[in-house]
Amino acid sequence: MSALNQSAIRLPKVRLSALVMIAYLLFLLVPIYWLVIMSFKSNSEILNAFTLWPEDFTLDNYRIILTDASWYMGYVNSFIYVSLNTVISLAVALPAAYAFSRYRFYGDNHLFFWLLTNRMAPPAVFALPFFQLYSSVNLFDTHIAVALAHCLFNVPLAVWILEGFMRGVPREIDETAFIDGYGFTRFFTRIFVPMIAPGIGVTAFFCFMFSWVELLLSRTLTSVDAKPITAIMTRTVSASGLDWGVLAAAGVLTIIPGAIVIYFVRSYIAKGFALGRV
Amino acid sequence: MMQKPVNQRAWLLVLPVLALVAFSSVIPMMTVVNYSFQDSFGGNDFFWVGLEWYRELLQSERLWDALGRQLLFSAIILLIEIPLGILVALAMPKRGWLASLCLVLMALPLLIPYNVVGTIWQVFGRSDIGLLGRLVTDLGISYNYAQNAVDAWVTVIAMDVWHWTSLVALLSYAGLRSIPDAYYQAAKIDQASRWSVFRYIELPKMRGVLIIAILLRFMDSFMIYTEPFVLTGGGPGNATTFLSIDLVKMALGQFDLGPAAAFSLMYFLVILLISYVFYTVMITMDKDETKA
Repeated sequence: MSALNQSAIRLPKVRLSALVMIAYLLFLLVPIYWLVIMSFKSNSEILNAFTLWPEDFTLDNYRIILTDASWYMGYVNSFIYVSLNTVISLAVALPAAYAFSRYRFYGDNHLFFWLLTNRMAPPAVFALPFFQLYSSVNLFDTHIAVALAHCLFNVPLAVWILEGFMRGVPREIDETAFIDGYGFTRFFTRIFVPMIAPGIGVTAFFCFMFSWVELLLSRTLTSVDAKPITAIMTRTVSASGLDWGVLAAAGVLTIIPGAIVIYFVRSYIAKGFALGRV
Repeated sequence: MMQKPVNQRAWLLVLPVLALVAFSSVIPMMTVVNYSFQDSFGGNDFFWVGLEWYRELLQSERLWDALGRQLLFSAIILLIEIPLGILVALAMPKRGWLASLCLVLMALPLLIPYNVVGTIWQVFGRSDIGLLGRLVTDLGISYNYAQNAVDAWVTVIAMDVWHWTSLVALLSYAGLRSIPDAYYQAAKIDQASRWSVFRYIELPKMRGVLIIAILLRFMDSFMIYTEPFVLTGGGPGNATTFLSIDLVKMALGQFDLGPAAAFSLMYFLVILLISYVFYTVMITMDKDETKA
């Protein structure tokens, strides 16, 4: 009797949550679907016929991007500065996060908040001064300039996430290692870093993500040699003869790396988004 | 939880971060402060104008209008995204491949470059080539986000909800996952209603992550630039010109260094102030949790 009762109560609830979930996923996926199928249409079909499925399926849009250096070099440039940024951010954030998670020192709380304030700084505020700063040291239009500029928000974020993950590692482990005669560097690289590998993975994911999606700073700091794909796309938008098919294809190609990266970190995404604090 | 030992040598570990952030934030910030007190006549002739730019800005309708639009925008998207995110998190499958699939699909919008988000909504919302625009127009509702201010707002808000609700949902989901099953069993024994389970078990346990979610969503919505810039270009008129769009127009478009610098500083201070309040609440709660 009670089992029957329970299932009678539960059934509508399960259905309701499934409905909410399906509706939400549809809301997320329909705009993406529209972009994807648009990338397989010819321009005349996009503009003149309203079709839910490409009538004459074409790969021309992708061919244009993958054979034109002014397009595909954008992806290469983006990859270079995103990777540089991820490496730099992790390299400086790891020791700092360790210090914040393990010790108290003069001004630690203030320093931590000051770091976070840089995550809160609108890129629009920094666009012009960055342009002048990197021009004056002859780094304008280089990958390293964009990588360093993105450190503005990625380093504080990396410190924040890593600190959350490191806090979960008991301090007894450090102490035992030191008693066993490990020096700090050896302990840190041999024992500690492998222990927080998931945290490092999640942090790398976030650095990659925020550097990959950013447009304003990367557009301001580059002109030709290091121009990212996102900036190339906006240039196409402002041109008069707009090629929707190619634009859609370029958009689809920017989504793919993200989708691949998500797949690899899927089990840690939730914890990562909570900045290691769950 | 033991107290952390005091060790001043920890500063050595923080030094690289300090050097890097000083280079990429303190130096540019000093330039901004410097400009905000000076005027320039082409080239490199600067002269001191004191608080002139600040006075001018505080009296300019342009700034107040942009600030008003910005606050309204942030308030609306927080009011939609936070409850919706919690709802989605509650509706998510708890385990198994379905849960993984949902996670991956939900995270997808978060990894799309901001300008592509704008492009997606552009090709989705346009009444000539967009699925949404076309369907809405066919229903007999006049809809054109490029001409009508209300339509532009609706589209920009829908875009932001589409883009960022998953962040709130993923955070809340992480918070929900950390609740031990024993709590739910206890609630069942007490015959607690669904609402009281949510109100007295789930919501308190999600408090920490929800504050992170609100903080992140507030900061990021307050400095939103690329998505509306691509979608509407700040228009029609100035209807969707938010603070960052206005600032970039001023600094890189018109090259008004002085006013733009003063604008930047005030902008930054507003974000800082509000975020500081959030942050203080957050670490106070962190401490409460470690005590408990």
